[in-house]
Amino acid sequence: MGPEQPGGLWRLGNDAGVKQRVAVADLAPRARWSRPESPRPSRRAANEALASRARMRYENRVPPSAPPILAVEGLCKSFKSVRAVDNVTFHVAPGEIVGLVGPNGAGKTTTISMILGVLEAASGRIEIEGVDLALDRSRALSRTNFAAVYAPLPGNLTVEQNLRVFGMIYAVEKLSARIEELLSRYDLTRHRATKAGLLSSGEQTRLGLAKAMLNRPRLLLLDEPTASIDPSSARDIRAGIADFVDSGHCGVLWTSHNMYEVEAVCDRVLFLSHGKIVLEGDPKTLPQAHGAASLDDLFVAVAHEASQNRAPR
Amino acid sequence: MNLTRVAAIVLRQFYLMRGSPARVFPLFAWVALDIVLWGFITRYLNGVAHASVDFVPALLGAVLLWDFLTRVMQGVTLAFFEDVWSRNFLNFFATPLRISEYLAGLIVTAIVTSVLGLLVMLLLARAAFGLSFLSYGLAIAPFLLVLFVSGIGLGVFGSALVLRLGPASEWLIWPIPTLIAPFAGVFYPVDVLPVWMRAVSRVLPPSYVFEGMRAIIAGEPTPWGALLLGAGLAAAYLVLACAAFAGVYRGAIRSGLIARYSAETVS
Repeated sequence: MGPEQPGGLWRLGNDAGVKQRVAVADLAPRARWSRPESPRPSRRAANEALASRARMRYENRVPPSAPPILAVEGLCKSFKSVRAVDNVTFHVAPGEIVGLVGPNGAGKTTTISMILGVLEAASGRIEIEGVDLALDRSRALSRTNFAAVYAPLPGNLTVEQNLRVFGMIYAVEKLSARIEELLSRYDLTRHRATKAGLLSSGEQTRLGLAKAMLNRPRLLLLDEPTASIDPSSARDIRAGIADFVDSGHCGVLWTSHNMYEVEAVCDRVLFLSHGKIVLEGDPKTLPQAHGAASLDDLFVAVAHEASQNRAPR
Repeated sequence: MNLTRVAAIVLRQFYLMRGSPARVFPLFAWVALDIVLWGFITRYLNGVAHASVDFVPALLGAVLLWDFLTRVMQGVTLAFFEDVWSRNFLNFFATPLRISEYLAGLIVTAIVTSVLGLLVMLLLARAAFGLSFLSYGLAIAPFLLVLFVSGIGLGVFGSALVLRLGPASEWLIWPIPTLIAPFAGVFYPVDVLPVWMRAVSRVLPPSYVFEGMRAIIAGEPTPWGALLLGAGLAAAYLVLACAAFAGVYRGAIRSGLIARYSAETVS
């Protein structure tokens, strides 16, 4: 099975009902960042491959009875008179990539900040693998990690120093070996002694992702991970994360303004508008169900409706 | 408290210093300059005063101890400012790192940097001007302890202020020791101060150190009771400073300040 042919062999892997991949084609260009020896697949083929993987993950997802990696219930947050997040409830299952999309100011980053424990919810509950974030923040966050374009790692530390400091904070075992593995996977080996502030934006994004993978998180939060990087690197990032999810039953919450990316990568998408989830479903079927030609068109319709609703204020 | 996470905060500071002479140089340079300047002043005063008082332990010793307190405070605030300048709060506080571990990391950093500065001051003061800490006897231990705990408390409180008021408020933090010095009686007995200033000096732990230092130089017995009071006050202020930092941090989490901390967002 070639790299452009989606599909693979999946089966129930154990008595607990957890489905595991037994064999699957290398659908992504490569899991590693090292440049591939063979020609890259076309963008369409790569996206189709990723979408096919997402479809497979969805079909083979862990049964709903399995506890979610992330459970968010009735989350609310206001800034002065503005209701930024309004009674948001959702979950992320093991092995699932959930897209969180919406127009600017819809409440995506506010939601992610609350899940990361850097913003206190006015009400509601966040559980990460059953650990209540409000009650045991440190334990909950030890299973989590994140990458966001607005949170670059300290530019005055080198790539390796950054990974070591954050690896110690996350109490990563066999840290040196893990750092080597990530430097290699994200094609950062030659930049190991380079100050992070001197890296290009694509390299900084890769460093952020390497940091996010340090502790093999059970919950990965990605806030526009492919913003401001070239399509080729973006494709590699998508493939790498899909690979990570496939390999270990973690859950991912992914925000993006790129609907093609969301459609290609996510198993499920949540549309946020004015702090509320207004739509939820499979990104491949959701547009049709709402009379839109594509997810992009559906996004535009939701954003348009949101701006119309906001106008009288 | 997870010691590995504390070590991570210290390691970050070590990496920054190792790669930057501009960060290492000030640890020694300014305190060394102070010792040289005051060393010659005391030598001159000893020459012209013809008094029975030796100005070396009285003035140079006071400068050395005061610089130590300032160095300890700056050890904490500079380590904290590194995260302000690199806008690193979101990266650190969205991890399992506890606020107590973060503060412990800053304090350990301050211990290392201030001890280095103290050693340089001691060597220089001893070699060039004959000042020896042995002249203070056993009291030197509580002297250093009170000043150290006071410096840490000031540093943590200053960091809490900057966290609350924003990076632009840095300028409020640097002059804090200068603001305290007149009340602490670094160079003169507290008795010379007006009543209201004496009242302030009574609640400042360093004033007990400098009063004690002058008592020993004058041949009086070491005022252990006063030093104990100073140590108690310093410990209480440290606890209050840590509580203030934790309170400001909780407020910043409530308001979302941590997630978007920068000079532009705080004012």
